[in-house]
Amino acid sequence: MEIQIIAILAAAACALPGVFLVLRGMALMCDAISHVVLLGIVVMFFIVGDLTSPWLTVGAALTGLLTVVLVEALSRTGRVKRDAAIGLVFPALFSLAIILVSHNAGGVHLDTDAVLYGELAFAPFDRMIINGHDLGARALWGMGGVFLLNVALITVFFKELKLATFDAGLAASLGFAPALVHYGLMAIVSITAVEAFDAVGSILVVALMIAPAAAAWLLTDKLGHMLFVAVGLGVAGAISGSWVAQWTDGSIAGCMATMLGVIFGLVFLFAPTRGLAFIALRRRRQKVEFAGTMLTIHLLHHEDLAEAERENRIAHLGEHFRWNDHFAMTVVRGAERDALVTRSDDGSLALTSAGRDHALEVVAQ
Amino acid sequence: MSKPPETPSKGLAIDVSDVTVAYHDRPVLWDVDLEVPAGVLLAIAGPNGAGKTTLIKTILGLVKPAAGRVLIHGAPYREQRALTAYVPQRGSVDWDFPTQALDVVMMGTYGKLGWLRRPGAKQKEIATHCLERLGMADYRHRQISQLSGGQQQRVFLARALAQDAQVYLMDEPFQGVDATTERAIIDLLRDLRSQGRTVVVVHHDLQTIPEYFDWVTLINVRRIASGPVSTTFNQENLRRTYGGRVAFLSSRENGCAEKATALSDVQTPPGEKPGWMA
Amino acid sequence: MLASVFNHTTITIATGAAVLGAVSGALGSFAVLRRQSLIGDAISHAALPGIVMAFILTGSKSPLVLMLGAGVAGLTGMLVVMLISSSNRVKYDSALGIVLSVFFGFGLVLLTWIQKRPEAAQAGLDRFLFGQAAALLRRDVWALATIAAVSFIVLAMLWKEFKILAFDRDYGVSLGLPMRRLDVLLTGLITVAIVLGLQTVGVVLMSAMIIAPASAARQWTNRLGRMVLLAGVFGAIAGVIGAVASSTIPRLPTGPSIVLAVGVIVIISLALAPGRGLISETLRRRKNHKKLRLDAVLTDLYELESQHTPETPHGHTAKAIQAMSFGEGEVLKNLLELESRGLVARFSTNHWAITEKGRHRVERLVQQLDSSAGAAH
Repeated sequence: MEIQIIAILAAAACALPGVFLVLRGMALMCDAISHVVLLGIVVMFFIVGDLTSPWLTVGAALTGLLTVVLVEALSRTGRVKRDAAIGLVFPALFSLAIILVSHNAGGVHLDTDAVLYGELAFAPFDRMIINGHDLGARALWGMGGVFLLNVALITVFFKELKLATFDAGLAASLGFAPALVHYGLMAIVSITAVEAFDAVGSILVVALMIAPAAAAWLLTDKLGHMLFVAVGLGVAGAISGSWVAQWTDGSIAGCMATMLGVIFGLVFLFAPTRGLAFIALRRRRQKVEFAGTMLTIHLLHHEDLAEAERENRIAHLGEHFRWNDHFAMTVVRGAERDALVTRSDDGSLALTSAGRDHALEVVAQ
Repeated sequence: MSKPPETPSKGLAIDVSDVTVAYHDRPVLWDVDLEVPAGVLLAIAGPNGAGKTTLIKTILGLVKPAAGRVLIHGAPYREQRALTAYVPQRGSVDWDFPTQALDVVMMGTYGKLGWLRRPGAKQKEIATHCLERLGMADYRHRQISQLSGGQQQRVFLARALAQDAQVYLMDEPFQGVDATTERAIIDLLRDLRSQGRTVVVVHHDLQTIPEYFDWVTLINVRRIASGPVSTTFNQENLRRTYGGRVAFLSSRENGCAEKATALSDVQTPPGEKPGWMA
Repeated sequence: MLASVFNHTTITIATGAAVLGAVSGALGSFAVLRRQSLIGDAISHAALPGIVMAFILTGSKSPLVLMLGAGVAGLTGMLVVMLISSSNRVKYDSALGIVLSVFFGFGLVLLTWIQKRPEAAQAGLDRFLFGQAAALLRRDVWALATIAAVSFIVLAMLWKEFKILAFDRDYGVSLGLPMRRLDVLLTGLITVAIVLGLQTVGVVLMSAMIIAPASAARQWTNRLGRMVLLAGVFGAIAGVIGAVASSTIPRLPTGPSIVLAVGVIVIISLALAPGRGLISETLRRRKNHKKLRLDAVLTDLYELESQHTPETPHGHTAKAIQAMSFGEGEVLKNLLELESRGLVARFSTNHWAITEKGRHRVERLVQQLDSSAGAAH
């Protein structure tokens, strides 16, 4: 049960900054940061010697910011493009971390695999003990704390975040430094990644930040709604993921990531207005309508010309417009239904007066 | 306005009929007819988003029209690749690409080279000669990112020249170039015309059309007018193309055509979209 | 120790890693030039479920079978990315992030699932997370080398077409080349390179092997052919260093070792490459700066002197010159340098005067400035 709560908190905490990452097109920076925080954790661990010290969080957050700074610096030299810079910095730092872990961890269990997918199953065993009272899993407090922090920061800075995300120019001229917002956001992402990392590993952090937010954007336009929806979808993914994990006895993080993918897929396909299914239907309808309009204009142009006879035949349409027979029939029937054309027995078409008006209207635009 | 079908192109370099191009069912070009006789210097003009680049791309087969057809010297463009040469907009390419000016120009010879053959001395010679023609011979081993805008434009032109084509289609070659390059370009275009080749240019600067070109086509999603500059480039047509806000510096000296400057586009026609898959 | 380095196994491993590094480096150049660097990341993460699935379906752990699974999954991932990003609400990078994490997560589910099964044969599969070149057998290396060779041959045969594809796709279409098919082919080759490289570097770090050698190579040359060649070389070197290091030093995983090796190569290239390198640029800038300072001091002296009639020549102190340029230091040093070049001469102990040669220089400078200003109009 505690596992599920931790998972839910992780999902909610990640979805919030995730919305801004998705809106700003920084999804892959998130991938980079979530890997690199390991380096911060490891380095801090060597300094502090204690796996449960809060300094680890600080160190990791700093490493996250370091990544951003390095990527910026690298791309600003002009020698390396931005996307390449990301793909250079994070594997290098992550490799450093892995090597430090494998080579020096001696005695402390920092399993390199677990780095990637965490092990939620063990989280409940790591308790938070204050003054001898067992207050629950440490991860619970950590994740809960971060969630509340994110909610607080986003609420307080909502206006600034909104402005900086949608209109950086305006924000700058109004005196909010968009750069500050940028780094602030990266800091939040790092802190969240660090905390969630322990429980769910790098990869799931990426999934939790990006997938629910991207799906939320397909469902709504308003930033406030988007935040709520993203949290909701993330939590749904967390819950369903943990059920599937129980049922298949598989990796919790992996199942959660998979379920997030499934949820995203469903939204992508079936979202009202923006879902693929709706778009495809609407396109089809529009295509037929548009083709109908082209048909009326075509008939208009060829009316009263010598080759009207020939040009107005259905058969010729296929040749002129490159429609196959089936489509041509669909268009003609549609136009007939809309009372734009009439069809005579020998297969030639003629405009009705409504059809002529329609064509003239479009042509006059 | 449609023409009777089956009329042979009769010395027409480019024959566009009833071309309609739509992007997501929004028309970008609607029912455009265009007849370009061989051996002219034609400017295509119109407000932003009027479909000028799309028209060029459609003629080249880079964009598939929803309706209509294009003939180059009487045959579909597919069969006439060897006769056409394309000069894309300068901004369509990343100039930081690791290659030298000569390499880029040699690309113009690839079409005639065929699949597995490597470019050799002959291709190099052609390319060098074309660069010389554009005054860029000294820069042939220069990395292209080190060239100025005007020089880059000239490299693109040299590349097209290397194709030894009959019909040249250029997208805004005069955009953002210095005076020397502008002179070099117009020099080249006149040269090509005197050799009987056809040059079609998307041009943004109305002021220079009467001076540089002999034919003009005005489009704004639909074809507004097309023909020799002397008859076609007039107040009425420009007003119809640009929606009415056109200021005139009219100078009727010695029968020169009126010069015009468009102030703004009244209409907001749909923006041009990038090409589709061919 | 040296003798142990050159034993049979190590040579096999080193060769394998070199081949794979070379392929990723060379083909990665095209991905980098087309700004598709992070596609490598997505494809490699997406490959994981394919690898595991291939094992589940065939029970075989032969690299070829697993590579096939990886390839199929990777390409599927790519298609999904393209599908998702075609929607105008989901940006390309979000699509990459989603596919990357979801496919990988699914792969982990499969991985842990077979972990629970009686045949703990899966033990070998998680080497694909971080790579394990040590697991390469001789016959594997032969197979890999063959695939690599075929890829290189295709690359060589279609070199000029790929060049146009990467530089100016539309132009290629206008020439009549089948750009779409070439695009698919190139992406296919890159996918093959990624899938091959997974064995040494693992899924997580593969993107570095695509991007780093090419980025490093770019600093050294402005010709595509040399860049691709150099990228292959860098990839191979990194592969060898990393693989050998990891198989001789205990508890050093292969993937990270190779990535660090190539990372060092990148840093060295960025810093030291002639021309583009950052060190060379700093030196160049300093030289220019120095030259400008010298000219400025000389011009100041010229100005001072021109304020007097030529019949009463006298020198000016360094202080006077200093006053002309808002107190920039080191005027003395510059004067000494100018003196050594014969452009100024000492008038007395601390007075300086401009020489004929110096005058000519200033006049020439002014002329140059005027003419370039004129040309700008």
